[in-house]
Amino acid sequence: MNYVLFAEQLLNGIQLGMVLFLLAAGLTLIFGIMDLVNLAHGSLYMLGAYFAATFTQMTDSFVLAVVISVPLMVLSGIALEIVALRTLYRRDHLDQVLATFGLILFFRELVRIFWGAAGRTIPLPPYFNGSVSLPFGIDYPVYRLVIITLGLIVAGGLYLVVQRTRIGMLIRAGASNREMAGALGVNIPLLFTVIFGIGAALAGFAGMIIAPLTTANIGMGDTVLIQAFVVIVIGGIGSIRGAFIAALLTGMIDTLGRSFLDDLLALFLPVNAAEAAGPALSSMLIYVLMAAILFFRPQGLFPPKGAKA
Amino acid sequence: MNVGLTRCMTLSRVISALVLAICAFMPFLAPAVGEPFLIGMFARAMIWSIAALSLNLIMGYGGMISFGHAAYLGVAAYTVGILSFHGVTSAWIQWPTALIVSAIVAFLFGAISLRTRGVYFIMITLALSQMLYFLARSAELYGSDDGLTIARRSATGLSFLNLNDRVTFYYVIFAALLLCLFVLWRIVNSRFGMVIRGIKSNETRMEGIGISTYRYKLAAFVIAGTMCGLAGILEANLEKFVSPDTLNWARSGEMIFMVVLGGMGSLFGPVTGAVVYWLLQDKLADLTEHWQIIFGPFLILVVLFARGGIDGMLKRRPRDA
Repeated sequence: MNYVLFAEQLLNGIQLGMVLFLLAAGLTLIFGIMDLVNLAHGSLYMLGAYFAATFTQMTDSFVLAVVISVPLMVLSGIALEIVALRTLYRRDHLDQVLATFGLILFFRELVRIFWGAAGRTIPLPPYFNGSVSLPFGIDYPVYRLVIITLGLIVAGGLYLVVQRTRIGMLIRAGASNREMAGALGVNIPLLFTVIFGIGAALAGFAGMIIAPLTTANIGMGDTVLIQAFVVIVIGGIGSIRGAFIAALLTGMIDTLGRSFLDDLLALFLPVNAAEAAGPALSSMLIYVLMAAILFFRPQGLFPPKGAKA
Repeated sequence: MNVGLTRCMTLSRVISALVLAICAFMPFLAPAVGEPFLIGMFARAMIWSIAALSLNLIMGYGGMISFGHAAYLGVAAYTVGILSFHGVTSAWIQWPTALIVSAIVAFLFGAISLRTRGVYFIMITLALSQMLYFLARSAELYGSDDGLTIARRSATGLSFLNLNDRVTFYYVIFAALLLCLFVLWRIVNSRFGMVIRGIKSNETRMEGIGISTYRYKLAAFVIAGTMCGLAGILEANLEKFVSPDTLNWARSGEMIFMVVLGGMGSLFGPVTGAVVYWLLQDKLADLTEHWQIIFGPFLILVVLFARGGIDGMLKRRPRDA
């Protein structure tokens, strides 16, 4: 095995992990605190990517487009919460699943009407193009490093907000006991709206920063939503720390599996059998991991304190 | 009150009988009204009725919200496709193999996912079925993304059961639907069915009276998966094509919607739901190319305001599901 290639794939895995974390953090907050299963989270990711594509085209600057799109995502999230989701909090999970499934269909068609069925590519500014030389002779694309850095910054910021600020305190209070927090005078509906806005911004941001690599396209939210589900199930629903660790784990296993599983299988199997089985097995790897973890810890690796399983 | 309830119950029955009658006579009705495409549509609607019926057993009666029910339909369809690809065309081999495969997959998925409950259960069933979707997409031998074309329908070797004859195949599907309705009717009213319904209303209490709920839930899960496999066999034969799309989670979502639309936990509801779903989709698609922009919000409105589905409306009971 080539170690430079391995290091590159490891970094790619971390990069995927960061994107998954941005998505899973919002999802786990919304579920952990609001008890809402939001399938439309992937649609927000897609919407973020399309916003970035449009504003990049208008302003000729990807960075500026992101700066404009993030507040827009917050607003879209808040609007969505007020119009459609607020009535769902008191409903059971089946209603939430179906209604947000309806939202997915709606958003998918909305994007098709406004942006067309073809994907949108987003050109990167020149300073993000090209690659840098890292130690040990590794050349790595600058932009992927930027994604990793942004992911780390957001993760750190989220940690500080949740652990050190007043709103974070309210979020934690809401997560451990919603009724009690309400009884103590916390404006729960407002808190929910704010959390949903944050979650939407995180999901949209993830979509924006990934779009230059993948293009903005209509199906992009579906795959990543399911991966984010895997992440929060592994990490323990409601736990941001769990989401972070599980996202890195999932991202790395998925990426490394896709690159090296056939080599690994070739150690035990004939080469052509390994090459045939490799791609099929590597696409199943994270689900097998999830099943294995659930088998031993049905509540996930890091369930939040005081949460009901 | 009592009289009113009885009358409304009969209204629900009348509608059920009407839907069944329309299904039964469609091969004659459709040419008569000059819309022969309706035969194909009703064949499809009946296949999805079977899938929705099977989902209703675990979701409507058992309270297990599986968001991965398309998996069992898909693996059965793929089993038919793959066997046919390797030259095995006999229905007597294809069909039992497909049923066994979907039963095994349902057993494995159920054994894992039923260890959890609530939202974890929803997400895990979703993730497991999506795993098969990606598996199908990466199976190059069987067409990966492009899907697998099935050269001919399953051969029964019986002259009166030639599935290539459109009307014969239609009535095979109809018979399968009746069989599933009968089996479910027997299950739901048996002791086993009582236990499953008891688990839905209070699982702790069922455990308290000494019932191993995990085993009952798993058994129901496998029965539902196998029945959904039957729908998959028919689907593969109807389309003569199977693709990863059959396994996609959107299919599972549609199945859930059919059950909810028809009325959760009512025996016949899912059939009405599936038929209405296909008619509605067809009408909306006529209306605009972007029919999903109407369909999505419609789905939300059904969830918000018509909780008991069509069956619930016919029975005119307040929301109590």
